[in-house]
Amino acid sequence: MADPALFEFLHTEMVAELWAQDPDPGPGGQKTSLLVLEGMGFRVGQALGERLPRETLTFREELDILKFLCKDLWVAVFHKQMDSLRTNHQGTYVLQDNSFPLLVRMASGLQYLEEAPKFLAFTCGLLRGTLSTLGVKSLVTASVAALPACKFQVVIQKL
Amino acid sequence: MAVCVAVIAKENYPLYIRSIPTENELKFHYMVHTSLDVVDEKISAMGKALVDQRELYLGLLYPTEDYKVYGYVTNSKVKFVMVVDSSNTALRDNEIRSMFRKLHNSYTDVMCNPFYNPGDRIQSRAFDGMVTSMMIQVC
Repeated sequence: MADPALFEFLHTEMVAELWAQDPDPGPGGQKTSLLVLEGMGFRVGQALGERLPRETLTFREELDILKFLCKDLWVAVFHKQMDSLRTNHQGTYVLQDNSFPLLVRMASGLQYLEEAPKFLAFTCGLLRGTLSTLGVKSLVTASVAALPACKFQVVIQKL
Repeated sequence: MAVCVAVIAKENYPLYIRSIPTENELKFHYMVHTSLDVVDEKISAMGKALVDQRELYLGLLYPTEDYKVYGYVTNSKVKFVMVVDSSNTALRDNEIRSMFRKLHNSYTDVMCNPFYNPGDRIQSRAFDGMVTSMMIQVC
């Protein structure tokens, strides 16, 4: 992808714009903004999931796909690799990034901690979209304990 | 070269199918439909193979008297099926492979088009034009 700074700025503006629309949201207000961001990520993920693995061999199993997310997808979008990938071998994967690029500029430590989740919605959608294109239905949630590290939990939905 | 080109979605419904207008269209639709079983067989065999035969290109699916049917499957399990006139012996495996690669590239362009909804039928003119160019080279 293009220069990482461009994507970071665009993403910041997207979040700001969606939050500005509804300065005093009701109980469901913020949720819609999150859903919109997630939806955008989903569509981008679908396209990337089709485009990036063009030259690779076919994926044999789930783990191959998750590795692809950590390596190729992360490098394409954020210019770095995921720091760790853990699994319980029962369909739950935890992807950890110790310096998530979209949070790095914000702070380190606990300041702005409650603002962080809205900066992760797009990426959750991105992961879910890529997985769905590659034939894996999943639920993706993100959590932040201390900026700029964050964890994405991927739960595969078995049919 | 090709007499019929089809793109089949992950859930096995057609996203795009086009054949040369001079002949019975339905015949080709049947042919592509039949080939899906062979594609499925090849995909499941691929998962078991320990050796690295995990290519996207599936090779010749089956020959009939007049035609040869070739297949290709992307990582997102979208299938491309191409029917080729078997009288055209000049066509080698490598050329088929590169035709599929072209088709795949075009398909990714379609997917990246913001006006396309994933899962809909493909109506892009750019894609149409590319398929036409693959079919014309024959005649």
